[in-house]
Amino acid sequence: MSVMVLLGSIELGIIYAIMALGVFVSFRTLNMPDLSVDGSFVLGAAVSAVMSLNGHPFLGLGIAFIAGCGAGSITALLHTKLKIQPLLAGILTMLALYSLNLKVMSGRANIPLINKATVFKPFEGIILGGYDYSKLLFSLAVLTLLLLLLFLFLKTRLGFVLRATGDNDQMVRALGVNTDLVILVGLALSNGLVAVAGALIAQSQSFVDVGMGIGMVVIGLASVIIGEVVFGVSSLLRRLIAVILGSILYRLIIAFALEIGMPPTDLKLVSAVIVALAMSMPILKKRFL
Amino acid sequence: MLRVESLSKTFGKGSTNEKLALNEVNLSLQEGEFVTIIGGNGAGKSTLLNCISGVYEIDEGRIILDSKDVTSDPEYKRSRNIGRVFQDPLKGTAHDMTIEENLAIAFAKGKSVGLQSGVTKKDTTLFKERLELLDLGLENRIKQKVGLLSGGQRQALTLLMATIIKPRLLLLDEHTAALDPTIARKVLSLTRKLVSEEKLCTLMITHNMKASLEYGTRTIMMHGGKIMMDLQGEERKDMTVDRLIEQFEKRSGAELDNDRMLLG
Ligand SMILES: Nc1ncnc2c1ncn2[C@@H]1O[C@H](COP(=O)(O)OP(=O)(O)OP(=O)(O)O)[C@@H](O)[C@H]1O
Ligand SMILES: [Mg+2]
Repeated sequence: MSVMVLLGSIELGIIYAIMALGVFVSFRTLNMPDLSVDGSFVLGAAVSAVMSLNGHPFLGLGIAFIAGCGAGSITALLHTKLKIQPLLAGILTMLALYSLNLKVMSGRANIPLINKATVFKPFEGIILGGYDYSKLLFSLAVLTLLLLLLFLFLKTRLGFVLRATGDNDQMVRALGVNTDLVILVGLALSNGLVAVAGALIAQSQSFVDVGMGIGMVVIGLASVIIGEVVFGVSSLLRRLIAVILGSILYRLIIAFALEIGMPPTDLKLVSAVIVALAMSMPILKKRFL
Repeated sequence: MLRVESLSKTFGKGSTNEKLALNEVNLSLQEGEFVTIIGGNGAGKSTLLNCISGVYEIDEGRIILDSKDVTSDPEYKRSRNIGRVFQDPLKGTAHDMTIEENLAIAFAKGKSVGLQSGVTKKDTTLFKERLELLDLGLENRIKQKVGLLSGGQRQALTLLMATIIKPRLLLLDEHTAALDPTIARKVLSLTRKLVSEEKLCTLMITHNMKASLEYGTRTIMMHGGKIMMDLQGEERKDMTVDRLIEQFEKRSGAELDNDRMLLG
């Protein structure tokens, strides 16, 4: 694997890690399989693209976050107020978002951002050994900031209650907290992070496609699980960092798969296999080790 | 203090396995009363507690707590005045969080839940003091996950969590039934200590006839969704386990089906 490919993978891993942190919040912290991710990823990308076209790429990141929060809230309300199973609630939101995303993109299936203002533009030119580090460094800065904020949030009273709701919602209600509201906050936050990742990917590849979200939830989950298996779960901070490292590792695996000649169209298959393997790790370990 | 007025609850209404679990139950509790509840399997004991705490919506009747009608309040709202310990030790705590974090959530009851620090130094000191009361050495394990504790330790912790903010009403549903006898006794005497120190109004379900007379100030017996017997004062003082069983069979017209009730 060339240094270029290696750096490129790390760069992608860093951006997708933001999405994986979002998936971590819903799947692990709230213990809720939320499939709206595929839609909110594109929503973030679409919103950020439109904002870039209008010359506000940085503001676009913030608005993408808010839009993602809105998408997550819908899923939460479908589940808590209308009593729709989490899995189905997420699928419904994802489906609805497909149409909504096209609306955001003014009916176009894709928007190119070539020669438009992006969040990376101001930092361009940090070149070393022929590689432009601007995207990697800016994404890393955003990721670090979000990681820190997420960690601090999970240490607040609301954060405690969020973690406890995923663990044992009955106890949380018995202690006087409205778990419906907690789920709303959790899914909003989760999809907000996913949307920011979508926005950064759009900015990084200067391109948004309405189908770019397919399988995102699986990729996020793969990162979370790879992180847990490889880097451990001993403390909260370690778990969060493991998610990030998991995301980077996932990108390296994909890069390796391409390197050995796998056609790019097979990548979704590879993702599914990785997740299936990682999820069955405990059983496989018991059987064969 | 607590008034339950002609409370009825039917499960699976209209289906083939429709079950009348509570049949016009009336119950009134005075300040500081410690009531033990006994009765056979399916008598409606848990359902009564679950209706009071708002886990189940009721079909008919009213629930009045502190002269406020709470019948239509959601579970979480009622919980601000009610402390609960369940039979299953897994239900009362978040196993993936530390002892300290669990206590912090309990200690936040009734306070605003926002972005304030989850647990402060001052809280930790207080938690340690309270944990010392349990005499289980948990004060030295405050940063450990609750998942590492035994069932008995968890029930003791849950009891502490249910009472760390003084509740108006404490509901205990066979909270020692899943524990081995030695630990069960310990948790029971801890219950007695906390209830009497804080003068908590308490409803405690137990399957142990002896304990039902030994603990508390009043004993009620349920059968078929009704309260069959309400023992207090002199009548209760003179009661023995044998006579209690005899009375039960006379009033309910049924054999005491529940073997485990005789134990202990
Ligand atoms: N969630 C439920 N759905 C349907 N039926 C229920 C439900 N909960 C209780 N029941 C039924 O209502 C009746 C009363 O049950 P409850 O759990 O209150 O009994 P209990 O007195 O607590 O008995 P035990 O000593 O076995 O705990 C039983 O016939 C039970 O099968
Ligand atoms: Mg019961």
